[in-house]
Amino acid sequence: MKGAAPEMHTAVSSTPLQATAPPMHAPNPDALLCVRGLTTRFPTPRGWLVAVDDVSLDVLPGECLGVVGESGSGKSVTFASVMGLVRPPGQVVAGEVWFEGRDLRTLDAQAMRRVRGKRMALTMQDALTALNPSLTVGQQLTEVVLAHDERLATLPRAQRRRQALDRAVEMMSLVGIPAAATRLDDHPHQFSGGMRQRIMIAIALACRPQLLIADEPTTALDVTIQAQVLELIGQLRRTLGMSVVLITHDLGVVTEQCDRVIVMYAGQVVESGPVAQIIGAPAHPYTQGLLRATPRVEHLGAPVRPIPGTVPSLIDLPAQCRFLDRCSLAAEACLAPVPMAHHPTAHRVRCVRAPVQPETVT
Amino acid sequence: MTVPLMRVQGLTRHFERPRSLAQRIAREPRSVVHAVNGVDLTLWRGETLGLIGESGCGKSTLGRTLLRLVEPSAGQVEFDGQDLLALAPSAMQRARARLQIIFQDPYASLNPRKSVRQIVALPLRLHGGLDAAEIDARVEAMLARVGFRPEQYDRYPHQFSGGQRQRIGIARALVSRPDLVVCDEPVSALDVSIKAQILELLAELKAEFSLTYLFVSHDIAAVGHIADRIAVMYLGRIVEIGPAAQLIEAPRHPYTQSLLSAVPRLNPGAPRQRIVLQGDLPSPLAPPSGCAFHTRCPVAMPQCALAVPRLQALPGVADHLGACLRLEPEAPKDLCTPP
Repeated sequence: MKGAAPEMHTAVSSTPLQATAPPMHAPNPDALLCVRGLTTRFPTPRGWLVAVDDVSLDVLPGECLGVVGESGSGKSVTFASVMGLVRPPGQVVAGEVWFEGRDLRTLDAQAMRRVRGKRMALTMQDALTALNPSLTVGQQLTEVVLAHDERLATLPRAQRRRQALDRAVEMMSLVGIPAAATRLDDHPHQFSGGMRQRIMIAIALACRPQLLIADEPTTALDVTIQAQVLELIGQLRRTLGMSVVLITHDLGVVTEQCDRVIVMYAGQVVESGPVAQIIGAPAHPYTQGLLRATPRVEHLGAPVRPIPGTVPSLIDLPAQCRFLDRCSLAAEACLAPVPMAHHPTAHRVRCVRAPVQPETVT
Repeated sequence: MTVPLMRVQGLTRHFERPRSLAQRIAREPRSVVHAVNGVDLTLWRGETLGLIGESGCGKSTLGRTLLRLVEPSAGQVEFDGQDLLALAPSAMQRARARLQIIFQDPYASLNPRKSVRQIVALPLRLHGGLDAAEIDARVEAMLARVGFRPEQYDRYPHQFSGGQRQRIGIARALVSRPDLVVCDEPVSALDVSIKAQILELLAELKAEFSLTYLFVSHDIAAVGHIADRIAVMYLGRIVEIGPAAQLIEAPRHPYTQSLLSAVPRLNPGAPRQRIVLQGDLPSPLAPPSGCAFHTRCPVAMPQCALAVPRLQALPGVADHLGACLRLEPEAPKDLCTPP
């Protein structure tokens, strides 16, 4: 973790689709990835579904940023938007995505392809669907190397292929697949769940990206395999010096792996800051509720208290606190749009009641 | 909790893999998956027994074998004094009103063409003895109890969220007033806040209807929260069983120790000693000899590969059994310290 929590803009966005975009602060020059005011929406028969609403975040060099939220909170769509992977009819309607000095949203498709897979890479939750079942893992690993490595482009074809295969074996060994050279010709279904996740990570890392976005890398895995995969990602982050965004709904995984964390709810960031602050002394009632609702092996006797109600529909949301209906602290002031604000303990929170009642959850 | 509701002895379920034509011509032996391999278990009336283990260890098959949804290959299942395996199909059907199951996937386990009312009424219609008005009254009472409003009774599964569908599954399991409910990963597909709601509902219903649960899950924290006792399975066998808090706070078997050390904790900054197991679960087609865990065990001894350790009472801890040579009194103690 480098320095204090980075500055993010505090603009109030009353409705996400208003004609004038909210004012934004300058991008953070120290950040590897700097997202400002990102808004993504999808058309539905009942109107626009705003999946990501005015999201701002920074990923610092070498850090691991956790992104926590439940299904539909917008955590995956945020990073699909960052990577330029939102397909029509979905639209990224506002925001800047600064990465290595450029706003990715201004790049054309070809320039974006040179960034994606090479400078930033994504691993998806379900490795069996994300990998091509009809190609061998060797083919899928060499594809990314051949597509992005300029040094190989000048070589004769046979040599180029051999070098790409060497790299494929190297990456498979790096992620701990035993007897990697003999498994190049195997298809994804011949690997176990944990091994498939490793292959996804190997493909993502084949071009040594600066940023790895791992979308629920361990959700489908057993805890023992989860521990192996998370240890691998942490080890690669340290040896390759890359930054990692870990998208997860598991607060335990965030606590053990991440430096900072952002909590998302109904398309918005509701709280962000260092892990010790957010997990140790959460300020947003939703984060507090999540922690109380999580069964913990280290506090077996402690009651697990559910958050009442369900996530609101993201279509036509009123301009007020989105957690209002489920919140025990709801008050008059919550009926107005709630901006992100500094919290006394050096993190940021989107709650008008939070600075008044910072509650410690133990 | 001293009256046994179900006693299981030597329960075994093997699955034979079909051979290819070439294998049949070559007269290769059939390969056999030992999904459940000689399990002895007692479920006490009113308890929640948690069953944990990695995918493929046989925990779901064990749960289903107890209800004869999967017929056992060998062994005995005694339910409330009745030999369940000796029952004729019609008698088994009657017994099923008292033996129910809640499935993991709230999407796949509900018939999309039936309304919620029809889905929950089906067990009552099958088990007979009630007229339409009585069935309707019981279905509505059960649906109201698990949190549905009357206008929702005639909706279809796709109109509900994952958490609500799981409530439908719970209502369907409980409407015939069962004694034993096998909960097969009931909260694994749910988000954190919804998971807590369902866990709370299951705990309330258990007290209200005097149920006994076999709670099968790979979510160790959820099991630790809801279970009275926990059994740990590895490759078809129970390797450790004991009171929940005792087993989680001081696991004895090296497999349980490594499994628990892999569970992420919410203590920022607290140092962790993690036993990261190498490799994946071995194939149940060819389980390792002796103690099946010896290939990944951090404290394995040469003799572990020779004999299958028996599940036996551990000295010094009440109601706590383990199957490990290291836990036997004469075993070398050099490496056998809990983390």
